[in-house]
Amino acid sequence: MEITSRALWTLIHGMGFGTLYLLACSGALVELYRLATSSTPSDSAPGQGRFLKAYLIAMVVLAWAAVLSGAYVIYPWYRATPPPGAGDLSMFPQRLLLSNSTTVGWHSVGMEWKEHVAWLAPISITMVAFVFTRYGLDLRNHRQLRAAVLAFALCSFVAAGIAGFFGAMINKYAPVQGGATMQLSAGGEK
Amino acid sequence: MNLRNHDVFSGTPAMPNGSGAAAILAAGIGSFALSVLAIAGDRSVLVKGILVFYKPTGVLSGVCTTAILIWLLAWGILEGRWRKRTVAAGRVIAVALALLGLSLLLTFPPIADLI
Repeated sequence: MEITSRALWTLIHGMGFGTLYLLACSGALVELYRLATSSTPSDSAPGQGRFLKAYLIAMVVLAWAAVLSGAYVIYPWYRATPPPGAGDLSMFPQRLLLSNSTTVGWHSVGMEWKEHVAWLAPISITMVAFVFTRYGLDLRNHRQLRAAVLAFALCSFVAAGIAGFFGAMINKYAPVQGGATMQLSAGGEK
Repeated sequence: MNLRNHDVFSGTPAMPNGSGAAAILAAGIGSFALSVLAIAGDRSVLVKGILVFYKPTGVLSGVCTTAILIWLLAWGILEGRWRKRTVAAGRVIAVALALLGLSLLLTFPPIADLI
């Protein structure tokens, strides 16, 4: 069993940062919604407020790690240009997708959307974390800010979901390959 | 203002809403800037050339870097102006959400191609 360095980076980007962010988003949305709708002190102790702050800051780190690793580590491998006359495009995912009418949409719609919409996630969640850190539980007394924070957190979730979906599908049809090969385990014959 | 000494459940805000409104509007501006820059980089050869900050990533490097700078600049300016003020949050948030909604739509290639 082996994995290439590029496949490992794709795994870190998608499964490590992206999926973990999406999972964290669902938790944050529930907690922010609870904060926005509950009205009694017993529902939300200061300790819970501190936990949510730390949770949101961890989400900010995950979101930025996901987009930065995607744009500056994996995307250059994805959009690499093959040498003229290259017959095998398996090392050039973008060109591989564009070479077939049944897969061209995964680039022209999927990647073109993913590469831009993904950035809405870290921008939105950074704002959400800032506002919650600044206001804490006093946010409960700012109904409009609360509603906006919840809407931006939801948008962040949607943006990350779109990016995650297309990332997974594109990697299925034209996986990023190459780089050093790492042996994970020596397979024995059955 | 010390929130620990304030009854956070009183219904009376301990802090003015300006700082939060500034962050929310700046996020809307930054998101919208990203979608506009993405379209501009796709349509104009000149803009595309200008936005290639890092060749391996191509125009995306300039689109995201410039959008982030616009976002942070807008945030800094708005924070400086509104931090200690109570602003008309409803209007500010409506604009921010409209910008965010437009950003989501404009990053979708079939819609961006209509422009």
